[in-house]
Parts: sequence; C-alpha cells; structure tokens
Amino acid sequence: MSTAVQPEPTVPTDLPGLDLAWSRVVTAADSEGVERTWHLLDNGAEPVHGTVLCVHGNPTWSYLWRHVLAHAPDGWRVVAPDQLGMGYSERLRDDEPARTVAQRVADLGALTDALGIDGPVVTVGHDWGGMISLGWALEHQDQLRAVVVGNTAVAQPQGDFGPPLIRLAHLPGVRPLGCELTPIFVRATTALSRPALPREVRDAFAAPYADRRRRRSVGDFVADIPFSPGHPSHDVVYSYAERLQQLEVPALLLWGPRDPVFGEVYLRDLQERLPQAQVHRFEGASHLVTEDAPESAEAVAAWLRDLDTPGAEPPTRSSTRGPKHRATEHAVDPGAWTPWAELEARADDPSPVLTVAGHDSVSWGALARRVAELAAGFAAAGVRRGDRVGLLVEPSSDLVSVVYALWRAGAVVVVVDKGLGLAGMRRALRGSRLQHVVAGGPGLAAARAMGLPGTLVSVRPVSPLTRRALRVAHDLDGLAALGRRSPAPAAPGPEDDCAVLFTSGATGPAKGVVYRHRHFAAQVALVRRTYDLGPDDRFVAAFAPFALLGPALGLASAVPDVDVTAPDRLTAPLLADAVASVDARVVFASPAALRRVVATRDELTDAQRASLGSVRLLMSAGAPVPVALLRALRDVLPAASLHTPYGMTEALPVTDVSLEQIEAAGEGDGVCVGRPVDGVEVALAPLDGSGEPATGPGTTGEILVRGDHVRDRYDARWLTQRAASRPEGWHRTGDVGHLDDAGRLWVEGRRGHVVTTADGVVTPVGVEQRVESLDEVGSAAAVGVGPAGTQVLAVVVVLAGATATKPSPRGPLGLRVAGPDLTSAVRRVAGASVAAVLTADRLPLDVRHASKVDRTEVARQASALLDGR
Amino acid sequence: MRVLVTGASGLLGRTTARALAARGDEVTTLQRRPSGAPGREVLGDVADPEAVARAVAGQDAVLHLAAKVDVVGPEADYVRANVEGTRVVVEACRRAGAPRLVQVSSPSVAHAGHSLVGVPAAPADPATARGHYARTKAASELLALAADSPELAVLAVRPHLVWGPGDTQLVARLVTRARAGRLPVLGTGAALIDTTYVDDAATALVAAVDACGPRAHGTALVVSGGEPRPVADVFARLCRAAGAPQPRLRLPVAAGRVAGAACDGWWSLTGRTDTPPLTRFLVEQLTTAHWFDQRRTREVLDWRPSVGLDAGFEALARWYTAGEPPV
Repeated sequence: MSTAVQPEPTVPTDLPGLDLAWSRVVTAADSEGVERTWHLLDNGAEPVHGTVLCVHGNPTWSYLWRHVLAHAPDGWRVVAPDQLGMGYSERLRDDEPARTVAQRVADLGALTDALGIDGPVVTVGHDWGGMISLGWALEHQDQLRAVVVGNTAVAQPQGDFGPPLIRLAHLPGVRPLGCELTPIFVRATTALSRPALPREVRDAFAAPYADRRRRRSVGDFVADIPFSPGHPSHDVVYSYAERLQQLEVPALLLWGPRDPVFGEVYLRDLQERLPQAQVHRFEGASHLVTEDAPESAEAVAAWLRDLDTPGAEPPTRSSTRGPKHRATEHAVDPGAWTPWAELEARADDPSPVLTVAGHDSVSWGALARRVAELAAGFAAAGVRRGDRVGLLVEPSSDLVSVVYALWRAGAVVVVVDKGLGLAGMRRALRGSRLQHVVAGGPGLAAARAMGLPGTLVSVRPVSPLTRRALRVAHDLDGLAALGRRSPAPAAPGPEDDCAVLFTSGATGPAKGVVYRHRHFAAQVALVRRTYDLGPDDRFVAAFAPFALLGPALGLASAVPDVDVTAPDRLTAPLLADAVASVDARVVFASPAALRRVVATRDELTDAQRASLGSVRLLMSAGAPVPVALLRALRDVLPAASLHTPYGMTEALPVTDVSLEQIEAAGEGDGVCVGRPVDGVEVALAPLDGSGEPATGPGTTGEILVRGDHVRDRYDARWLTQRAASRPEGWHRTGDVGHLDDAGRLWVEGRRGHVVTTADGVVTPVGVEQRVESLDEVGSAAAVGVGPAGTQVLAVVVVLAGATATKPSPRGPLGLRVAGPDLTSAVRRVAGASVAAVLTADRLPLDVRHASKVDRTEVARQASALLDGR
Repeated sequence: MRVLVTGASGLLGRTTARALAARGDEVTTLQRRPSGAPGREVLGDVADPEAVARAVAGQDAVLHLAAKVDVVGPEADYVRANVEGTRVVVEACRRAGAPRLVQVSSPSVAHAGHSLVGVPAAPADPATARGHYARTKAASELLALAADSPELAVLAVRPHLVWGPGDTQLVARLVTRARAGRLPVLGTGAALIDTTYVDDAATALVAAVDACGPRAHGTALVVSGGEPRPVADVFARLCRAAGAPQPRLRLPVAAGRVAGAACDGWWSLTGRTDTPPLTRFLVEQLTTAHWFDQRRTREVLDWRPSVGLDAGFEALARWYTAGEPPV
C-alpha cells in the first residue's frame, strides 16, 4: 500500500473581504529548530510607525483579521500569521505531540525573528490568541509599543470554573468528537452571532478545517487549556497572567458582551490586570467581536493613530496610577465641591430638608446623621473608594441618604432609567463592573433576576428566608448600626468618579455617562446661578432626579405623594399639596407630569390655587416642552416664570429659555432653546466636517458644548468617547442647530436625522413645525429616503384627531400615500422640496418621554414603502 | 456648430432639434417621414447606410435618438432599428470624421427589475435588461461606447421617462386609459419614480452635445428631473392636468403580475401589435422605485432642469385645455 502525500490546500481565491495580495507563505524554524511552513496575511507596508502583530485563537485563522488589514493606517505593517496546525499553516505530523502554550509563544517569536520584525510592535489577540499574543508581548517588552485584546481570558478568576462551553469541549470523550471527528466546534464558533454572519463568511472560517486531519490542532488547543493545577500548561499560563502587571504600555480591550464563552468576569479580570486599558464594549456583539462589530477594526486603526498623535496618546500604566487631577481653567473651589458640605454644616438643624407631601419629612440633622452613619457602615462593610454601586431604589428619602452616604464613602453610584426596560437595565448594569448593589422592594428580586454581581444591600430589613433566597448581605438599618461603631471613611476628592448615569436610550443605545465629583458640583452651581436660587427657594421635585439636588443646593424640597417615576400620575391638586407642604417657591417637573397637571386643573380647590399662585419659577426638563403646554400652564401657575432648559444626560443645562423669550423669538428653523447659560459655551461644527466650529450665527451644524459640568467620559465606550470629544475639550451632542443674531440656539433635529439632498442638507424640525401648523395635521416627521448625499425628503403625518395610541417605539406605522389635497397642502408650507407625503396611524415615540420621535424608524418604514419593496 | 439629430419625428428629438436651432446651431435631421423639424431634413431609415452617410457628412456632432420604442412586436424589428441603426450611425461618424456622437439611451438598459433608489448610472447589460426595447438599447449603448476613441468622442445619455405636451407615448396612453376609467393604481402606488419634462430633457441633450469630448466621453449619464414622486401622485397630477377623472381602480400587485403575464402571453401568441393594457414589464415599472443620483450628470453636463414638475404639469394642462394642438 502506498501513501500518496496529499498537497496541502491553499487559501481559496473567493473569500469575502480577503485580499489575496496579503496572503504569503514563509518557511521558518519553530522554537525547536524544526523548519515549518507558515501561512500569514501581511499588508507589506513599510513599518514607519511599527508592526501590528495579530494572533487568532481557536478555531479561527488569520481571516479573522482581514478588517484590521483593510483599515490599517499609513505607516503600520500588519502581520497576521496562522498558528501552526491552524488555518493554512503546516499541519503537525500524526506522531508529533500537541504544541503547548509555551511552545506557541516561542514559535511566534521565532516567526517574528524570521520576518525581521525588529521595530515597535502592537500585539492584537483574540480568544487563545489573546494569551499567546500577550505571552509574546511579555517576552519582547523592549520592542512592545502597545497591546490590543479581544474577547479572551488570561486566567480563571477566583471561584470561576472556566467557560462552561469550553469545559464541555474539554471533556475527554467530547473533545475528539466535537473538535476533530466532526466540525461541530469549528462551526459552532461562527454560529454564536446574532444576527447570523453571512453564510460565505462562516464557510470562510471553516475552509481550512475540512477534514479530521486538518482539525487535529483544534482539539489540541482545547486540550491545552489548564483547568487544573496539575495541567502541563498551568504554571506557564498563570505566570503570564501574573506578569501582565509588568506591562507599562497602553492597552485597548475590545469586547463583545454577548459572548457565552468569555463573559463579564473575564473582562473585569483583564481590566484589573491592565488598569491602563481603554475599553470599548460593542453592544450586541458576541465572541467573534471582529465579525459582529466590524467597526472594531476602525477602532484599532483610530487607536493606532492616537499612539503617535501628541496630546492624544492613550494612557500607560504609570500615567493611570499617577495623580488623577487634571489642571482645568475653571478650577473648582475646593471648599464648594463636596455635595454633603451643607448637610454637615446643618447637622443640628431640626427643620425639614425633604418632605413627602401628606406623609413624613426628614430634618437636616436627621439626614446628616443618617448619611454619616451609612457612609461609615458602607465602608466597614467593604465599600471602597472607587467601587461601583448599582442603585435599584425608588426615589425616596432612603435614596437620598444612600446616594450621599455612598458619595461620602468615595463610591460611584450607577443609575439606570426604568424606561430602558428590564433587558436594557440588565445590559447596562451588568456591563458596569458593579461591586455592590443597593436595592429596595422589587429591586431586590430584580437584582438577582438580572444576575448582577457583588454584594446586595436591601433598603429595608428582610426576613431570614428572603435574606437567604436572594443572598442579601445587609440592610440599611444594619449598616447604620455598623456605622455607629466604625470610623468615618476617608473622603474622596473632586477628581474621583461619583456617578455613572445611563442615558434613557431615547436617542440611541443606552450609554453610561461618567461624572466626577467636580462635574456634579459644577452642575449644582450652574442650576443655582441660572435660576437664581436663594435660601428661600424651597422646591417641589416632580421630576425624580431633582429630589437629589436639595441637600447639595442647601434647599428644602418636597416630592408629591405619587410614584415620581410614573410622572403621568401627578395631578394639579397633588402638585398644589406638595407646594403647600413646604411653602415652595420653585417647581421642577417633566413635560409628561405637566400635561396631566394641565388636564386636571379644574379639580383644584381655591386654597390649592392660592398655593400654586405663590410659585415664582417652574422648570420643566427631561424632554422638549411644547409651547402650547407652557401657555396652558400660565393658568395653573399664574405667578411663575415658565422655563425650559436644553441639555442632555452628558451636560445639563446647556441653555435656558422662558415662555416669554420663546414668544419673542417667534417662528424659525427649529426649536428655540434660548441662550447658553452663564459658564457654558456652545459652538456649531459644520456638518460636512470642514472648517472650525462656529460660535456665531450663520452656521447650521452639530451642537458642541463646553463647560465645567460636561460629562467626564462614557463608560467602557472608548470609540464613542473619542468620537464625541472632537475637538478636544468639547462634547458633541448629536443634535443639529444654529445660533441666531441674538445668540439664541435653535435645535433642528438629531445629526443622524439630517436629510442630505443633492442640493444641501435639510433639517427635520423646521419642516415638521411648518407642516404641523396645518389644521388637518396632528404631528409630522420629516425624514430622508435614499442614499446619503442624494436623499429626497418624505414627510409622514398623523392627521389631527387620530385616535391616540400608546407610545411604542416599534411596530408598523400604517404608512400610506396621502391624498392629492393633503399632499399639496404639505408641499405648500414645508419650505423644502418634498418628494412624498405619507400618512401614518401613529409615530414611533420613546416610552420614557413620549415625545421623541424615532425618525430613523420612520425613515426605515417610509423607505420600504417608497422603494416599492 | 453643425449638428445632426436622428429621430426628430419623436417628441424629444423634435424639441431638441428646435432647441439647437434656437441657439444658432445648423441643424440637420434624419427620419423616415417629414417631421416639421427645423433645418435640413434628410428622409431615410437609420439602418440604411447610404441615407445615414448623407446625413452625417460634414457634421460637427451627431445626436442619435432614432429608435424603436414600444412594448410589443417581434424582437427582430428592435434589433434592426436599435442595434443595426446604431451600428450604421457609428460607422458613418467614423467614415465622415464626425468628432462627437451623443448616443441617446435609456435607464432601462441597466434595470434588472429591482428597485433603483438614488443610484448612479450602472453599466448597460443586455443580459439582464427587461424586454426587447431595453435589451436592444443596452446592446446599442455598449456598441456606441465601444467606438469611443480620440477621433470620435462618444457620450451616452439616458433620459428617464420623458413626458410633456404632445407626447404620444407615456402621457397619451395613460390619459386615454384614465378617461376610460381603466387606469389602475397598482399596490400601494407609493414607489418613487422620477421623470423628465421634455424641455428639460432637451436642454440636457443640448448640454451633452457641448460636453461630449472635452468634458466627458466613453461613459453613460442618466438624465432626470431630480424630483421623484410616488406613482399614485404622478398619476393624480397627470389626470388633473388632462381633465381626466382620478384613478379609482386599485389592483393588488400580485393580480397585476398575473394580468401582465397573461397579456404578454396572449399578445405574443397572437402576434397582436397594438398596445396591451398591462405587461409584466409595466407592472414592474409601476411597483418598484426608480430614481437616480443626478449629481454627476449635473456636474458633467453643467445642466439643471429649468422647468420641473410643477411648471411642466401647468404646461400640460394648458395644452389639454387648448384642445391638444399639434406641438
């Protein structure tokens, strides 16, 4: 019997996204001096800045890095080898033992020597290629420039038994069956993505692993994972993991949070080992983060460019550890930034600071004591400076004391909006590296249902049964008692993080916005200055977040006797009672609450009317306030100046405007939101990306904001953070608008909703306002159809008097072509060329505010109809 | 400039010949029957090399519009008029040393039946184009562009759905049907369709004569009004202009496809040469968007439509009110 030597297959010529010009075969000795044939992708660029060394994991191959090669910035050579026995590199002989991690790291070193890679190197690794690339990094620290790591693990965090799926594949009976005899493992890896990867891409990943012989190393790789201390590779892997603390260089972690193999604990482990790392979580991406989020390759390219851009360099380990203080032009008054200063100063004041109308109230002295005890209690229970604490507490005096106590103890509160829904809250909280959770009522069970990590603190005492079932570690009373026996913790500084606030998601995926203490202090000062709040300005917080401001502002406040997270339950009489309970002069409310107040104004008694008559200022925030609503409120709050600020979770307030000022401004393109408040700068970045941001009239562009209160950064969203902070020092709001001659800002819509026609840009809000001026139109959305740059405008209207439906962001809108009369009427007033007028049963509104139209969804459905699909 | 216009008996050819004459060009026209077009008129078939050579001699530019435009009839007729005709014109240009040829084509040469949403001109493809007309126009455009050379600059221009007063193709047929209460709106009637008012198409062709060679050659440009509208909207305004009742008939797309296929079969089986009420091609045209990215066209031709939809419909209404006088 003769055994014919089968020729090794070569890279197929038609794999999507793969430029065969990158494909090379080189011969190089492995770590034992045996000649090996390696296949690799190499863009062949002159390494002016350096070389990017990309290392794939199991069971993929260098195809994984095609986007990185395609996006390589100038001056960077990108080299992506197939590991021995993998991809289109040489297969091991049947009688050869499997290669271990140590051998693979050494093999890679031998290969880079043979390739003459002797300049600066940035390693990039994914899956077990992450481990091997970091091993190479540790062995070549003299030429190491930076490290990038995708979903991977370098060690099993304590108490973790390893990824369950990998453990399954690791079992002696399963491994040959799943990895070698069948392509189950090879195929399963590319089947984790939702939405599914294109079939051609999945086939491309499987192409080098067509038969059992070619899959042998897939099984070897799994076998080399050291789940037990006795495993031959155990010591090597753990020493690499330990030695990561030697790495001084910048690090970038690109993570797919939906990975069933490497979950959040592995990301956290890496962050702890590489504290300098910048992190971007690609929401929705799974294990193959480079496939599910192809923009990750753009992230790598942007980061590589930053490495050599003075002023933009990513942090190193020592720069992260160094003093956090960043010199700013507007330094915070060191005595004025502590939110609990007023509380401590009034520790003996028996007057109320917080009142729930119709129920009890808490005095300054009592709140000060509670905050001090809880702060000490939290510290004694293990809450350390910088720890992240998730809050699932309904607005209440407990919430106020917990927040101030956690701040006093140096912790960072993580707050999500219920409007995100349970799935959205879970995603947000699980991605926030929580060490602790404080929860009340239904929040306790929700914390467990969401699988939140960390110790769980209950607001109220719980039964022993609940305590065991939900693994509740403490309750507030217990912590306060502990606090009375414990020393006061060291206070944080103004540069310490104080909060991660999740945006409502009404204008895009929810992102965690990180505030430092000095940002909160600046915000409190801005609110005080903008609304001229004096010591007598007791207020009603009918918009939940404002209840937290009272103690920091030094003002007493009341909350109405309703669930403030369900603002549409507030009525005019309940508001009046809340005003009366503290003799309030100021009301903070959301538009949803105010709509109901106007609707129920006839229920007011004379006494209640009199109470409301003493309010001097109303501020409505959280969503745009229709002018008609403000006018209707004149009747309810006759003496009040009616204000609405413009701002966002990242920066609030930016501008402020009163009803009188809105009326004085008259009609214009967009919504007039008034002048920037004192201490806040606004500029407009031209939409085509050309030229400098304008600070005067004449430019329609993206609204940029600068001020002491503007958010520090987005949490674990490095790419978003980078894009939202250009030019340096500004925050890009994503809104589009212009400044008028009087310095007033007009908001014309979201940047993503701007219609780019062949004749220039059309912003939606002005068109919508003009169309909504027609009697027969209830509401309108103006959207672009067709490719950017040559779009046409479609106007979607809901007729006046259409039956109101529950706000919902999803579902069909019932779009139809409007009749000839309505079409001509809309065209006459639109002020822009309108291709199509459509009618809808409803517009998609966000659940939280019921006021923000999801124009992207409108555009999607309008396009489907108008394309004739 | 001396310019030959072939096919000046049609609405667009006639209007273009007048526009060229009006700006002082020396115009020659070539068609089978006397057309009333300005300038010297050569009578003859575009597939007749002798007649074409006579017309092309001494010209500075040739604007080739002559074509068989229809939805019925044997393929051989289309091949002769469109493919052979273009071959003869190209050959005559070469022999006579005419330096410019503007080949008037159609967006349907690159339309495989899918929606075209704000796309630029794609390459003509006889293999995927729908129907005899589009297939032979695709072949003739490729043939013309292949002749592009330093001696002969060739530019293909594809006006999209040209209409206006005196149009015997699109407008007259729709209006006739609307008056008989037989103009259906297929499906939602929402597909966005761009059209070109005849005077705007004519100025674009004049601009193409000027641009051919110095600014562009060897390429194809789609010309359209740049004002896409839902089909139902276009029909409604057309009926209003023509004083015809608004379309009331609504036909589901699937029913339309079946009816179109049935007509195609019946007409092909019986060899009828009148226009069927519905064809598969027409159903496709009326239920899928087709509008185009006009940025390159406008830049290369240095042209913009000057009449547009609103003024165009007003002109059409005046023409119908005046009792459809000859244009």
